Amino acid sequence: MRFSYYPGCTLKTTAAVLENSALKAARALGIELLEQEEWQCCGAVFPLTVDEIAPFLSSVRSLAAAKDTGEKLVTLCAACHHVLKRANHVMKTDKDVCNKANNYLQLPDQYRGGTEVIHYLELLRDELGFSALAQKVKKPLTGQKIAAFYGCLLLRPPAVMQFDNAENPSIMEDFLRTLGATAVDYPYRTECCGVYLSVQNEEIVAGMVEKIINSALRHGAEAIVDACPLCHYNLLELQQKTTHGKLTLPVYYFTELLEEALGLEDRAEEKMAI
Amino acid sequence: MKITTQSLCGTMVKEIAAISGENVAKCYQCGKCTAACPVNMAMDILPHQVLRFLQLGLVEAVLNCNTIWICASCFTCAGRCPRGVDLPGVMEALRAILLRKRGFSRFKAGDMPRVLNKGMPEQGIVSGFRKYTK
Ligand code: SF4
Ligand code: SF4
Repeated sequence: MRFSYYPGCTLKTTAAVLENSALKAARALGIELLEQEEWQCCGAVFPLTVDEIAPFLSSVRSLAAAKDTGEKLVTLCAACHHVLKRANHVMKTDKDVCNKANNYLQLPDQYRGGTEVIHYLELLRDELGFSALAQKVKKPLTGQKIAAFYGCLLLRPPAVMQFDNAENPSIMEDFLRTLGATAVDYPYRTECCGVYLSVQNEEIVAGMVEKIINSALRHGAEAIVDACPLCHYNLLELQQKTTHGKLTLPVYYFTELLEEALGLEDRAEEKMAI
Repeated sequence: MKITTQSLCGTMVKEIAAISGENVAKCYQCGKCTAACPVNMAMDILPHQVLRFLQLGLVEAVLNCNTIWICASCFTCAGRCPRGVDLPGVMEALRAILLRKRGFSRFKAGDMPRVLNKGMPEQGIVSGFRKYTK
C-alpha cells in the first residue's frame, strides 16, 4: 500500500513524537508513506474569508502534486487535515476560486479537486482495516481505560470533513478497542479544547481543558489520546495550570498507543509516572 | 416584513457578506449556536446576538465587542444551525474588517518568545498570526 504523505510544520518540530510513532507504525504495518517533496505550511487555520485565495494556495500545490502521483494524500496533524480537506472541497465545488487558483499557480495540469485526502485514522480504518490491524497487535492494551479526544478539526464542519458522525463519532474508540484497550465514553470527547485561544487567553482555555479532563476522569479514564498538536499542548500544559502542576490525566497521541500495541516501543516513562 | 441583505442599512453588512459568503438575514434567532458555543461564558455579545445586531445594521457595536476575538472557530455552531448559517465565517469577516482596514494587530512578533518558551506548537503560533494579525 502506497500513499503520498503531507507532514506539516508542527510534526517536524514540537510534535515530532506524533510523526515518528506514526511512521514507525506504518512501516510495521506494511504501509508506504511517501513524504511529498516540496510541501509548504498549510497555514494552520482554514481561511474562512471567501474573497481571497492566497491563504490556501500552498494546500492546492500539495493536492496537485499528489494527483500527479495518482496516490491518495495522507495527513496526520488534525489541523493540516482540516485545511487540506477543505481547500480540496473548495477546488471541487467553487468554480470561480478554482479558476483563480489555477491561473495564479500556472500548474502544468489544471487542478480541480481530484485528489482524495485521508487522515491517518481513516487510512487504518478504511485502507488497512481495523480487523487487519487487530491481527498485527502484539502487546494488546488489555485493561487500560483510555478516553479518546476528537476536538473540532477532524469532525467539523461535518458536511465537508465527512470523517465520522460529528455528534457521535466512533472511529477513535473503535481504534482503541482494536488495540485491546477499553474505550471510555464521556460527554466532552467532541468538545473544543480552546485551540489557538491559548496564545492570548490562557485562562479561558484552562477552564475548557479542566472540564474535558474532569469529565474523562469521572468516567474512569486513566489516559486520554488525541490527534492534534494544539489539543495535545492545551490538554497537557493547561491541564497543569488548574491542578497546580500536577498531571491528573496523562495525554498521548493516538499513534503512541499504536506503537506500543504493535510491540515497537513503550510509552514515555515520565508521563506514566503518576 | 421581509429582511434581505439588500434592505439592510449600510454597506458594512454587504461587505461582511462579501468577505464571509454568508447572509446574516438567514438566521431566525433560535439560539442553538449560543447553546452550542463552548466559549459563550467569556463573550460580551452572545453568538446569536451577533447575528441579530448585524440584521439590525448595528455593525459598530459588533466590531467593538470581545466576542469576535473569543470565538475559537470550532464550527460547533455551524454544524448545528438549523438554517445552515456559517457563523464562524461571519466572525472571521468581522475580524478581517478590523485587521485589514483598521490596523488591528493583537499578536505581534514580540509576543513570540513568551509563547515559544511555553512550548506552544508551531500550529498554535501560526494560527495566532493568522487570526490576530494581518
Ligand atoms: S443556530 Fe442558526 S438560526 Fe439559530 S440563532 Fe444561531 S445562527 Fe441563527
Ligand atoms: S465557532 Fe465560534 S461562535 Fe461558533 S460555537 Fe465555536 S467558538 Fe462559538
